[in-house]
Amino acid sequence: MEDKIRELNNTLAEEFEIDQEDIKPEENLHETLDLDSLDYIDLVVVVESFTGVKLEEEDFKNIVTFDDFYTLLKQRMA
Amino acid sequence: MNNRVVITGMGIHSCLGNNLKEVKESLYQGKSGIVFDPERKDFGYQSALTGKVDLPDLRKHLNRRQRKSMGEESKYAYKATIEAFENAKINQDFIDKNEVGIIFGNDSVGKSTIEAIDKIREKKDTALLGSGAIFKSMNSTVTMNLSTIFKMRGVNMTISAACASGSHSLGVAYLMIKSGLQDMIVAGGAQEVNKYAMGSFDALGTFSPDEDKPQQASRPFDQSRNGLIPSGGAATLILESYESAKKRGAPILAEILGYGFSSNGDHISTPNSIGPTTAMQRALKQANLEASAVDYINAHATSTAIGDANEAKAIFKVFGEKTPVSSTKSMTGHECWMAGASEVVYANLMMENNFIAPNINYEKGDNETGRINIINKTINKKINIYLSNSFGFGGTNSALIIKKLKE
Repeated sequence: MEDKIRELNNTLAEEFEIDQEDIKPEENLHETLDLDSLDYIDLVVVVESFTGVKLEEEDFKNIVTFDDFYTLLKQRMA
Repeated sequence: MNNRVVITGMGIHSCLGNNLKEVKESLYQGKSGIVFDPERKDFGYQSALTGKVDLPDLRKHLNRRQRKSMGEESKYAYKATIEAFENAKINQDFIDKNEVGIIFGNDSVGKSTIEAIDKIREKKDTALLGSGAIFKSMNSTVTMNLSTIFKMRGVNMTISAACASGSHSLGVAYLMIKSGLQDMIVAGGAQEVNKYAMGSFDALGTFSPDEDKPQQASRPFDQSRNGLIPSGGAATLILESYESAKKRGAPILAEILGYGFSSNGDHISTPNSIGPTTAMQRALKQANLEASAVDYINAHATSTAIGDANEAKAIFKVFGEKTPVSSTKSMTGHECWMAGASEVVYANLMMENNFIAPNINYEKGDNETGRINIINKTINKKINIYLSNSFGFGGTNSALIIKKLKE
């Protein structure tokens, strides 16, 4: 799973054009990726194409950090 | 209000070059931008000839959010607009402090629409389409993107009028400034260049079949002409009231004197000569000029048998046999939605540099086209006033009259 997360971080960094080093488990996902209302739609697309898990925009309301994000993904992928 | 309307900047991205300097050189040299595109042939085109236009890489200029909403035509238009702003000495601070409008001609978003629908078909879920698709697949994509990027607060709309879209955009912008509704409008035209955009046009059998000689295939007015060649890119012009231009010490390139329009009220694709005649006569009347005052006509002529003959007939009726005429589509192919704007840029470059670009590949006219004065070799000549024609499907016609104004 760690490898999968690293690869996902790579993809997120590429899609949202940030340094991959800025993505850390304890960092705020919304602020780090600098997400506006439209970006969540793209985030759903990236996650689905990478993991096969389709999140809803609503899911991100309960997510603060990248750790929260990974936890949710692990639950959905299980 | 009856404001004078001037052009203070222009920018171009086309198959003749990626900026004004390159395009001016191509025009002077009579260089064609047409190629054979094997991808189109494999796709099923009857004629796979096209203008070759470089797709700008905007990663260094625009952020992800901005680029996400931009299809091909918006990228071309952004590139041309940046050059036009530089040319007009307008920076973001000026746009922030003044009301600047935008009117662009565009009449298709084929590639973006098809890619979005293909994705929905694949995923069977619109939620997996992403955020940019809607903004890329609306006809107003150019104006919605550029107005947002440059934070413009004036008039904001797209004009769809087939192959006269770019010309009508300049015409409507001219009327808005003339009437005092706006002081400055970014006007132009954009045209996507891809295999999805032009397939249905090729279906009509109107593209030249001369695939073995791409650069000789577009032969407007020549008796052997056998069809047009699609092309595209974008052209931007900064239209401004004379007072506004003087006030900010802007470089004034030219003045728009007249805009004539008409509709044929006839066949959906077969043009006539009455509509174009009306548009040219109306432009002359608005400019308060006799036909003899016009030094050069940049023709619409696309290299089709009936279209060119009818335009020649209309030109002969209004201007007679002496006025120099050339169709730059002999070099560019038909830039469709963009053509009316790009051809004003081309003619402005000629006017600025004292030459008439050639109607390449013209050797001999027919009964109609042989009656007008077609220039097939570059000539060094001062142009003081020119007329630019643009016509489109549905019988829409536009004619602009523009005068040199160096101060």
